[in-house]
Amino acid sequence: MLEIKDLHVCVEEDGTEILKGVNLTINEGEVHAIMGPNGSGKSTLSKVVAGHEAYEVTQGDILFEGESILELEADERAHLGLFLAFQYPVEVPGVTNKNLLRQAYNTIAQEQGREELDPLQFEDYAKEKLDLIKMKPEFIERSVNAGFSGGEKKRNEIFQMAVLDPKISFLDETDSGLDIDALKTVANGINQIADDDNAVVMVTHYQRILDYITPDHVHVMIDGEIAKSGDKDLAIKLEEQGYDWLIEPATASVNGEQQ
Amino acid sequence: MSETEALESMVGGEYKYGFTTDVEYEDFPKGINEDIIREISRRKDEPEWVLEFRLEAFEKWKQMEEPDWPNVEYEKPNFDEIQYYSSTKKKDGKKPESLDEVDDQILETYEKLGIPLEEQKQLQGVAVDAVFDSESIFTTFKEKLAEAGVIFCSISEAIQDHPELVKEYMGSVVPKGDNFYAALNSAVFSDGSFVYVPEDTVCPMDLSTYFRINNMQSGQFERTLIICEDNSHVSYLEGCTAPMYQENQLHAAVVELVALEDAEIKYSTIQNWYSGDEEGQGGIFNFVTKRGHCRGDNSKISWTQVETGSAITWKYPSVIMQGDGSIGEFFSVAVTNNRQQADTGTKMIHVGKDTKSTIISKGISAGESDNSYRGLVKISPRAENAQNYSVCDSMLIGQTCGAHTFPYIESANPTAKVEHEASTSRVGEDQIFYLQQRGMDEDDAISLIVNGFCKEVLQELPMEFAVEADKLLGIKLEGSVG
Repeated sequence: MLEIKDLHVCVEEDGTEILKGVNLTINEGEVHAIMGPNGSGKSTLSKVVAGHEAYEVTQGDILFEGESILELEADERAHLGLFLAFQYPVEVPGVTNKNLLRQAYNTIAQEQGREELDPLQFEDYAKEKLDLIKMKPEFIERSVNAGFSGGEKKRNEIFQMAVLDPKISFLDETDSGLDIDALKTVANGINQIADDDNAVVMVTHYQRILDYITPDHVHVMIDGEIAKSGDKDLAIKLEEQGYDWLIEPATASVNGEQQ
Repeated sequence: MSETEALESMVGGEYKYGFTTDVEYEDFPKGINEDIIREISRRKDEPEWVLEFRLEAFEKWKQMEEPDWPNVEYEKPNFDEIQYYSSTKKKDGKKPESLDEVDDQILETYEKLGIPLEEQKQLQGVAVDAVFDSESIFTTFKEKLAEAGVIFCSISEAIQDHPELVKEYMGSVVPKGDNFYAALNSAVFSDGSFVYVPEDTVCPMDLSTYFRINNMQSGQFERTLIICEDNSHVSYLEGCTAPMYQENQLHAAVVELVALEDAEIKYSTIQNWYSGDEEGQGGIFNFVTKRGHCRGDNSKISWTQVETGSAITWKYPSVIMQGDGSIGEFFSVAVTNNRQQADTGTKMIHVGKDTKSTIISKGISAGESDNSYRGLVKISPRAENAQNYSVCDSMLIGQTCGAHTFPYIESANPTAKVEHEASTSRVGEDQIFYLQQRGMDEDDAISLIVNGFCKEVLQELPMEFAVEADKLLGIKLEGSVG
């Protein structure tokens, strides 16, 4: 479904290279986890796939269902069924969750040639999805993320994912800042959304969320490259041993705490 | 054409009201002096007391200086180069009695503006007074309103047909020497709307005036007067557009509202005068005095404005709350883009006991524009338990625009309660990226963010206007994030 080929990316403003040749293939029905220390480029990778303008692709390609998406704007990529759950969800005061999502849902539906929903149909549809993250119906009447707690913001991202029903979702540190109950709820929601026709890529620091969502593939990103790939056992090993055994001595010092 | 479609075409697209109507004007000399004022009055066939009103105002104006305290910069108009009266040639020299007598070109103009005047096409549920340069062209639904006892006509007609009302109220809220531009208006005012709602009457439909400046050399000096007797109610809307000219044109209006006991006036404006080009060439100078007087107890005056046009805006719709328990409200969205400058806000003057005022101001600046909120809350010594609540929020789009807030509070009564909140935010790339990631294009994203920001004001507008104001904001800010 998504194929990332030898992807090199730098920050547009100052030319700092962040991704240095990433290769990754994600198929339908798969759950991937991308792990790695701070500053290794995990978050950048998901933003670049989503089409963030602050980054420039200097080499390589990103193919979605066989077609390059590098020339597409962020909204056009969303129309294809690409979703990013933000690490820091943005507040939009005065715009209700319901309004934002209905507009988003209908825009995407229109682009994909699916039926649009009127406000009443949408409300019913959205309320079903609320159960996935165990939120009350009032949640959709609140302004997008405005005054939300950290945990509510993360839940809201997963709620939006459920509503928009994307083909592939990048979840950027969705687990950080969640207490254990919230983590279980969110993980449970993600498990229900994931099926044979879509794919989920979790970007995370910790193995914790992987106790609840079992990845098919685990990748470790070090200094802008995928240093190692494996199955869920790799995540467990990382939890026990940290990243040091994967970092070559020459790059270890550079990598310290870049964020 | 349905009302919504009509309004849609009124605000849709880029500035598409910039066209000029090719009509023949009566000759009228440029400049301002006593003879000019006498000539305006003569052409309008006014009674002596109106001429006196004008001449007294002119005397005061001559003694006054153009104010320079607003936070705007412009080249002062040359008052000798302005044509103060601009009237199109009439078939027999009189105001048309029926639409058949109105110049086809002018009818077409209003049709293009989305305000068709022909009976079968008229907007339903809204009576329209169409003002073209210095004259009211036509007023719809006059008879239907008359059945309810409501008078809705041009101020010129009111002077002829209801002189006692005009004499009593004109200049009673905004005195002829009130300020430089109000004095100028009082000397040379041309046309505008007049509304009178008798006691115990809810006006059966919304009233609206559509102002159009067409003549390149002329200014527009309209005067509007709305009177609501005891326990009556009216909702009034105004819309404004003008052609795109290289030169600036002056629009100096005076609006006076009078609410007697238990009366309520809701006044909504969508101002979309031509705002000049990207370099700041051309556009309207919008120097307007709007004031409401809550004369009776428990009366209420509410101003809602969506200001998107004009090169320079200088406007402070105000309420004097004299009656005990009266209420003043001001809801404003002011958008500036390119080189536009706006200095706008309100004055809430609490005179009576238990008076309450609310100010919600939302300023949005983009491009290289400057947007200032200036507001005064004044509590007089006898205004026991007066309350004011003000919120002034500014939103910046891009790096080269400015937002300023100048709140003034003068309280002479210790029982008064005044609250003021202010905030400034910037539409960030992160916000736009977030919404784009959810499938919206950049313009829709900005529109949504701005709409959310202005929500409390837009919801005060009559429904159809709110939908269109929302679109207008989107259009106005299209492409404003580079």
